[in-house]
Amino acid sequence: MSVYDMIIIGGGPAGYTAALYASRAGFSTLVIERMSAGGQLALTDVIDNYPGFEEGIDGFSLGMKMQATAERFGAVTEYAEVVSLDLSGKIKRVVTDSGEFEAKTVVIATGANPRELGVEKEKDFLGKGVHYCAHCDGRFYKDKTVAVVGGGNSAVSDALYLSRLAKKVYLIHRRDSLRATKIYHKPLEEAENIEFIWNSQITKFLGEQRVSSAEIKNTQSGEVSQLMCDGFFVSIGRSPATDFLKGAVELDPNGYIVAGESTETNVEGVFAVGDVRTKALRQVVTAVADGATAVHYAEEYLAKFNG
Amino acid sequence: MSIIKIDSSNFEEIKNSEKRVLIDFYADWCGPCKMIAPIIEEIAEENPQYVVGKVNVDDCPELAVKFGVSTIPNLVVLENGKVLNQIAGARPKAAILKMLEE
Repeated sequence: MSVYDMIIIGGGPAGYTAALYASRAGFSTLVIERMSAGGQLALTDVIDNYPGFEEGIDGFSLGMKMQATAERFGAVTEYAEVVSLDLSGKIKRVVTDSGEFEAKTVVIATGANPRELGVEKEKDFLGKGVHYCAHCDGRFYKDKTVAVVGGGNSAVSDALYLSRLAKKVYLIHRRDSLRATKIYHKPLEEAENIEFIWNSQITKFLGEQRVSSAEIKNTQSGEVSQLMCDGFFVSIGRSPATDFLKGAVELDPNGYIVAGESTETNVEGVFAVGDVRTKALRQVVTAVADGATAVHYAEEYLAKFNG
Repeated sequence: MSIIKIDSSNFEEIKNSEKRVLIDFYADWCGPCKMIAPIIEEIAEENPQYVVGKVNVDDCPELAVKFGVSTIPNLVVLENGKVLNQIAGARPKAAILKMLEE
């Protein structure tokens, strides 16, 4: 089996930027992606805050462009899911559902997934009225009643998006004020069909074939009520995709890989880039910066390794 | 085999196909649908034992309603006109093949 200079797990912005820098520097580079390039980026309707696209660009196209850029310099993509890995030795082994791969360095770029509420019946109603992506599924709720759960920027932007389609949008938040930045406040006030349900949490979903309502508990009074809705959009943040690592690198209590701005993990020759590592700002621009940084430190490591 | 475009005019015929049928409900504006589109194409080409079709939910809302589709992509496996399996959301190729084989 040939040993790659670098294996990158995850084909989002961070992963393909690492692949671009590594392959352009002449390193043999393999990207292992479970589904399709882009990661969370591909699920974003329009990206307005990635410089260079004055009209904005849809996330799917930007993801494909990042993949094509890296592949232009020889990076290779393998579509497979990582089953297990051994990162402890000098040669790292990655076992996938379509074969085993070896490399001198590994970059973990698996990103994050929408966080679930963790309440009764949530999984049963996935795709049957319980959703995690307003831009993907919102259009099925034209002139219907929906609720958004959360109080951050993504929840508010989901509520605004849905308010243009649905008859009525409830915004359920467990506190009495929003975390969302000011830019969203004025459009929220102007949207006449958005109603806030403050200090409240969903405790379970109810319904037969599809969700028809949710049980809601007031966090202050403890009072329980039932909210009838055709659909619920959960937007309470993200959780890192690190379960597959099973202790191979150090994680923080929230499951993020412990790595500073150098992207180095506690294991030599293993780097973590993008949303999957501990960092203050999770954006496409910070993810791509991580990709470049990881290759810088990997180059130093490989020079030692080969020397 | 290539993917068949399904609408209300050919749905009944495809539904009652002698082979097992995989239907991909999608829309042009849906990112995750674009993500799995090449996977569905590969499955269609590599597995002549199945009939693989796709339904544009904007063009055929009646078919989406019939299968209770409110999340796309939405994959439905049919045999002799009956639903064997249905999953909402994008999945890797191996998972889609597994749901076809089950």
